[in-house]
Amino acid sequence: MNCQEWALEATGITKIYRRGSEDIPALDGISLKIRRGEFVSFVGPSGSGKTTLINILGCLDNATSGSLSLCGKTIFTERQRLSEADLTRIRRSVFGYIFQKFYLLPTLTVLENVVLPFTFFKKAGADKDPLEILRSLGLDKRTNHLPGQLSGGEMQRVAIARALVNNPDILLADEPTGNLDSKRSQEIGEVLRRLNENEGLTVLLVTHNPALARLAGRTIELRDGRIQGGASPEPPDSGANLRECS
Amino acid sequence: MKIYQVAYKNLLRKKVRTGLTLLGIALSAWVLVSLFGFNRGYERALNRDIDNMGFQVLVTAKGCPYEAATLMLKGGTGLRYMNDSIVVDVLKHPEVEKITPMLMAAIFDPNKGESGGISAFLGVDPATYPAMKSYLKFTQGAWFADPDATEAVLGYEAAELEQREIGDKLLIPEKNVELRVVGVLSRTGTQDDGTIFVPLRTIQKVFEQEGKLTAIGIKVKKEANITLVEQKLYDLPDVQVVSLAQVKETIMSLISTAKMMVFSIALIAILIAMLGVVNTILMSVFERFQEIGIIKSIGAMPWDVFKLIWVETIILCLLGGGLGIGFSFILSKITETLVRSLLPYTPTGSLVVISSGLGLLTMAMVLGIGIISGLYPAWRAARVRPLESIRREGE
Repeated sequence: MNCQEWALEATGITKIYRRGSEDIPALDGISLKIRRGEFVSFVGPSGSGKTTLINILGCLDNATSGSLSLCGKTIFTERQRLSEADLTRIRRSVFGYIFQKFYLLPTLTVLENVVLPFTFFKKAGADKDPLEILRSLGLDKRTNHLPGQLSGGEMQRVAIARALVNNPDILLADEPTGNLDSKRSQEIGEVLRRLNENEGLTVLLVTHNPALARLAGRTIELRDGRIQGGASPEPPDSGANLRECS
Repeated sequence: MKIYQVAYKNLLRKKVRTGLTLLGIALSAWVLVSLFGFNRGYERALNRDIDNMGFQVLVTAKGCPYEAATLMLKGGTGLRYMNDSIVVDVLKHPEVEKITPMLMAAIFDPNKGESGGISAFLGVDPATYPAMKSYLKFTQGAWFADPDATEAVLGYEAAELEQREIGDKLLIPEKNVELRVVGVLSRTGTQDDGTIFVPLRTIQKVFEQEGKLTAIGIKVKKEANITLVEQKLYDLPDVQVVSLAQVKETIMSLISTAKMMVFSIALIAILIAMLGVVNTILMSVFERFQEIGIIKSIGAMPWDVFKLIWVETIILCLLGGGLGIGFSFILSKITETLVRSLLPYTPTGSLVVISSGLGLLTMAMVLGIGIISGLYPAWRAARVRPLESIRREGE
C-alpha cells in the first residue's frame, strides 16, 4: 500500500457493544489523523476505549460507524463492515502487531518464529534479512534458541522482529510491556523509539506506563470513549520521521 | 518454513498427548490390517482346504451309484459303465483343470464278517488320483506306482476290517487274484476309509471291464464357474453330474456372514480412531485459541489456519497408520497364534495374510479418517477471530 502524507485518518469512529438488550458505547465519534512516521501513544484508564480504538484502527475489528483511511486508501466508510478475509488482507499488508503476551510458538526456534509470517504471506518488498532484524534487536546470538530459553524482554523483542519481518507500514503495540519489569519495559520502549526514529516506522502504542508513553512524539488520552481535550487529534505540522511506504 | 513443518512442530508440543493419540491410531490400523488380513487369509485357507478335498465334480454313468453306501445297499449291484473315451470329451472343456478316471467294482466276500459282505474296490489311476487327493495321508507305505501292479492301498477302516498291513496279501474273492498291500491310509472320516484302492488297469482287467469307467473326478479351474461347467457336462451322453459346488457355496455363504462381522468390527475401530483424533485436535485448537488468533493477525487467512490444523491431523494419522501397519507386519505371527487359539476350527495354512497391498489400502483408509476427522477442528480454528483471542488475553 502506498502511504501518502497520512498514515491513518479516522473520522467519527463509534463502537457500540450490545449486551442483551443494552447498548454499551465504547467509542463515541473519535476522529484523528496520524502522520506517516509518527510515534503516537494512547493512554487512559481501563475501560476508556484505547484498546477498542486501536483494534479498529488496526483492522482487527469493525467499527459501528465512522470511516477509516490507511495511507490514503479508504478502508471503510459509514457502517460498512469488512469480512474477516478482507480485514486479514489489509492487516497483513499494512500492520505489524505486538501484544502484551508474546505468542511465540514454543516448539519453533527464535528464527523460525520470526519467519513464521512468511509461511502464510510474504509482502512485496519485504526483503529485509530476518537475521539482520534479529541482529538489530540484539538477538543475533539467540536465533536457534527456543522461546522457553529466553527472558521476557527477549521474547517481546522476538515478537517485535516477527512483526517487522513483513515490512509493515504501521506498528501497533498494545501494552507491549504489560508482562515485563521496569528495566525490560524501558528496553522495549527504546526499541520502539529507535524503530520510529531510525526507520521512520509509524508506531501506535497503547500503554498504562507513563514513562513509555513519554517516548512517543504525541500522546492521545482517552476517557469514556472520547479523546480528552488536552490531547491533540491532529499531529503537529512536522516532527514525524517520514519514510517511504512499501 | 512450510506449513507441514509448522504443523509437525506443533504436534511436538504435547508429546504425551500426541503419543497417546498416535498409539490409538496405530492400534486401530493394526486391528484393521489384521482383520482384513484374517478375512483374506481365512477365506483363502478355507478355499484351499475345500480344493484339497479333491475333485469338485464327479461324472458317472447315468444311474450308477457314486457313494459306497448306496452300492452296499444295492448289494454291490447296479453299477453302470462309461467308455473311457469320455475322458477326451471331458478334457475338451477349457474350464477343466485336471481329471482322474475311476472304476468301482464290488464283489461278495463270503469270508467277510460272520455271514459274508460286499467288498468294494476302487480302481484309480496312480498318475492322477494321488495328486488330486493330496490330503490323503498314510499310516504305512505309499501309493502304488505301476499302473498294472497287483497291489492295493487300504483305507483306514478297510485295513482294520481285513486286518492287513503292508506286505500282506489280499484276495479278490471269486477272481482268485492276490493283491499285495503297499499302503494303509490314515483316517479321513469319508468313504475313502472303507475303500480298497487298486490300480485302474488292474481292476479293469480283473473284472473284465477293459476300457470302462464308472466315474471321472474333475477339478475345475479356480476362476471357472462350477455351475456352468456342470451344465456343459450334462450335454455329454448318458452321464450324471454330481457336484460338490453346493457344499462350497454353503461354506462361502457362512464366510460372507463372518465377513460382515469383521467389517462391523473394523467400522467400530475406525470410529474409535476418528473420535480420538477429533478429540485431540479439537483440544489442541481450544488450547491454542489465542495463538491461532495471533497467527491470523500476522497474515494467515482462514484457509491457511484450516490447512495448518488439517495437516496436523493428517500427519498424526500418517504416522499412527504407518506405526500400526508396521506392528501388523511384525506381529502377524502372534496375531495368527492368537486367532488359532480362539477359533474352534481353523483351516490349514496361513490364517492371516498381510500383503503390502493391504498395508497401502489400510494407509489410504487411515488417511481418509484423518482427512475427515480434521475437518471440524480445522473449521473451528479457521473461524477464530484475532480480536477474540486478544480479548481473551485480558481475561
